[in-house]
Amino acid sequence: MAKHHVEAIVNGDPVEFLCETEETLLDVLRDTLHLTGSKEGCSSGDCGACSVTLDGRLVCSCLVLGCEVGGRTIETIEGMAKGETLHPLQQRFLEHAALQCGICTPGFLVASKALLERNPNPTETEIRYWLAGNLCRCTGYDKIITAVQDAAGAMRKG
Amino acid sequence: MTMAGNGTNGQQYVGTRTIRPDGADKVTGRARFGADYNLAGQLIGKVLRSPHPHARIVSIDTSKAEALPGVKAVITRDDFADMPSEFIPAGEMMMNYKDVTRNVMAREKALYEGHAVAAVAATSAVIAKKALKLIDVTYDVLPHVIDVVEAMQPGAPILHDDLFTVGVEPKPDRPSNVAKRVEISQGDIDAGFKRADVIVEREFKTAPVHQGYIEPHAVLATVSEDGSAEVWVSTQGHYIVRAHCARLLGMDIGKIRVNAAEIGGGFGGKTVVYLEPLALALSRKAKRPVKMVMSREEVFKASGPTSGAVVKVKMGATKDGKFVAGWAELKYQAGAFQGSPVQPGVMCAYAPYEIEHVKVVGYDVVSNRPKVAAYRAPGAPISEYAVESVVDEIAKKLGIDPIQLRMMNAAHEGTKAAYGPKFGPLGLEETLNSIKKTEHWNTPLRKWQGRGVASGFWFNIGGETCVSLTVNEDGTVSLMAGTPDIGGLRASLAAVAADELGIPYDKVRPIIGDTGSLGFNFLTGGSRSAFSGSMAIVEAAKQIKSELCARAAKLWEMKPDEIEYAGGHVKPKVASEKVTPMSLVDFAKVAGKTGGPIGGVGRINAQGAGPSLGTHLVDLEVDPETGRVTILRYTVAQDAGKALHPAYVEGQFQGGAVQGIGWALNEEYIYGADGKLQNAGFLDYRMPVASDVPKIDAIVVEVANPRHPYGVRGVGETPIVPPLGAIANAMENATGIRFTELPMSPPKVLKALKEKYGAGGAGR
Amino acid sequence: MARVVLVGNLTQLTGGVAEFDLSATSVRQLFRQLADLHPEIAPHLEEGVAVAIDGQIYQDALLEPIGADSEVFILPQIAGGSLEDVP
Repeated sequence: MAKHHVEAIVNGDPVEFLCETEETLLDVLRDTLHLTGSKEGCSSGDCGACSVTLDGRLVCSCLVLGCEVGGRTIETIEGMAKGETLHPLQQRFLEHAALQCGICTPGFLVASKALLERNPNPTETEIRYWLAGNLCRCTGYDKIITAVQDAAGAMRKG
Repeated sequence: MTMAGNGTNGQQYVGTRTIRPDGADKVTGRARFGADYNLAGQLIGKVLRSPHPHARIVSIDTSKAEALPGVKAVITRDDFADMPSEFIPAGEMMMNYKDVTRNVMAREKALYEGHAVAAVAATSAVIAKKALKLIDVTYDVLPHVIDVVEAMQPGAPILHDDLFTVGVEPKPDRPSNVAKRVEISQGDIDAGFKRADVIVEREFKTAPVHQGYIEPHAVLATVSEDGSAEVWVSTQGHYIVRAHCARLLGMDIGKIRVNAAEIGGGFGGKTVVYLEPLALALSRKAKRPVKMVMSREEVFKASGPTSGAVVKVKMGATKDGKFVAGWAELKYQAGAFQGSPVQPGVMCAYAPYEIEHVKVVGYDVVSNRPKVAAYRAPGAPISEYAVESVVDEIAKKLGIDPIQLRMMNAAHEGTKAAYGPKFGPLGLEETLNSIKKTEHWNTPLRKWQGRGVASGFWFNIGGETCVSLTVNEDGTVSLMAGTPDIGGLRASLAAVAADELGIPYDKVRPIIGDTGSLGFNFLTGGSRSAFSGSMAIVEAAKQIKSELCARAAKLWEMKPDEIEYAGGHVKPKVASEKVTPMSLVDFAKVAGKTGGPIGGVGRINAQGAGPSLGTHLVDLEVDPETGRVTILRYTVAQDAGKALHPAYVEGQFQGGAVQGIGWALNEEYIYGADGKLQNAGFLDYRMPVASDVPKIDAIVVEVANPRHPYGVRGVGETPIVPPLGAIANAMENATGIRFTELPMSPPKVLKALKEKYGAGGAGR
Repeated sequence: MARVVLVGNLTQLTGGVAEFDLSATSVRQLFRQLADLHPEIAPHLEEGVAVAIDGQIYQDALLEPIGADSEVFILPQIAGGSLEDVP
């Protein structure tokens, strides 16, 4: 069976790739486009380490097929910083030590950004439930929540 | 972000919340974990795993797989030399390689569902998976045994014909699934119980739980035609990987170079090898690099969880609350090969307390499950859960406050541990006091809410460590450590190096070196990496300072003992107009002209690790209609000796506590009658998510460890020890039911509530 | 003479004797003297034990000195984040 030819926008740049039917968007990002920031933790959409946004919607890229994203816009962790300037979420994660091993961090950052774009002033409960799709085994979530709360405050101030 | 050094001695960065040097890469996706490495021309390796929990492997036919286009190598047991049964030092460790080689690739038998039977390397994952299906394995399926008590029964299926129980008299003449019996004791246990006014005896059961690291095992290996190899792998110990692979593949240690990739969690589970020897063997055969990554299902089925166990505890106390007797019997399941953490479980069970009469017996039992691997304070959470539960019952029976009871019996400096030596300074009492003073402890509760407290102990270790400090031509310092950084190590070590040399924090650049760059380093585990690494840095910095003073002496025509290094400068002890002090930057510029590059290497076998004790406090609420438990509030107080980086110390407390919450309330391996794992994924192996837990208050207590230059105690493991007992105690207060089986998951809680209160589940 | 106590299973290799008074001045000498008295214990002493001297625990420290009145315990090695066993 011939591969699919797909054109899409990734982090603002037009990309073009070939993929097998069964290849997920995560496979394409990591193996074909060499964007290894999104991680594979479970391949079943349970851990959120592969989180990206697809046309602005937060998804697990392991549950999206590569051949489904033709003509669509994808944002990954690699697109979060602007040049040398870290996104306020990235900066706050560092300041609050909201990462230990760091494997879940790209997923949490993408998911948190998606939350704050929808709800710039979330309660702690809202943050926890929004991020319930991202597993972290190292931090116990405490400093991640603090970092998101702090970033939300900073972003509201503009 | 950082401040320029201002010339003061003492601690400018140690004890502060610096930004970790590896942070920018980790928040941008740039950091390279095991599965992020690729080499041109690499093959993808996949493993064929036994579908049977117990079977003799009669034959393996790989011919059809080898013939499939795109398949470049296939390996089986025939590609690994058999190893005799003996405990051999391998890179400073004791292993029984007969077991290690069989766990990596089955030989006579498949001993658990998921046991590796063959592996292939092909030009794509799709072809590799097709090739696995073409391998014909003939199994002679045998009866299996999963449960630890069943495995100990006389008629149980025997896993190893050559396993005879060690530690029993008379020596047995028939093989068994009990690998060994261990015991510690002090005093006279029977006399102790005679003195007791109150005695509580209970039996507890726990299920195997997985470390749950989010990153599956991943390795990339390449073997050259001259027999040398290079490996990139996520591991807690790249020197250990090198040692195991050298042994298993019959290679010189020096011919293998292992690079530690960033690691996505380990908690003890990545201190052993699974894929690495396979990738090397495949690469050696195929003459191309081979990359292997486990799926999540493989992680659950084929890597080591910790033991499930059955524990009996009997404790006696006087009516005034003095513990006089502590007895326990631990039966820990080791998985398919011997080596459960029952020994540390035995040693830690009563370690937080001063008890005159103690006897703890433990059994290491094999069964048809994956071989257990270490999981954060291995063995201790299980035995201490049981003891902390009984301590709570004693408190209730005597009408003594549970913190007060622990305070009265707390081990302290000079207490003789039941496993032998007297303790140095300990922080248990301080943690108990800290908890007592919290607002948390004094907050009133409502119906169906309960509060529980428990303490915990773990030894911590030191071990072989090498760290190098190199002064670059511009006065910046390159720091190379040899223990993988799992959660803030580089930040902590950079702070120590900056303070030791009196230079700005951001002028120290730490990296984790590969095995070719430093002498042997024991792995990251045992809560040792910051403890030992910082000790080695003090050593390395001493060498640099002494070298600088020696060179300055020659430059200034003075005697070396007239010169000192202080505040980041080499200067005469007595100020002189003729001599201008030189900073490290100044000296770096003239390094070449004064003798060559400046640096130091700390090479030590760090001794003097001090135990870290902690006390946890938890409030929870039980929903009587669903059995669901909500953690309302959680406080950890633990002794860090000296927190090199407070935020990462707090992080260890919080992370360990939440792992404990998962262990207590939801996590367990669920097996069917067919011996197969039913919940090999994150949906049904239910670990805590952000909405399951509140903020975890972390109180860092500092009772200095006198044997460390900064007073550091390892902190990483103790946090997982108290939660099981604390939560079980809170459950008792919330429901009136003493849960003696973990996890206390909703179906079990509902069932217990119905049994106690009837179908209505009415109020207490 | 240093007082030396064996903890746990090690006593099974000495016919149940747990306490010794020995004149060793280093861990290495201590192991040699014990092995002279009870040869079966020798391989276990080389690998897989920790030694506590006057309350301080040492692992893999053959050259550590032992004082004339020291109290010494020989324990199973403490393995923290990885599992190694005394056979």
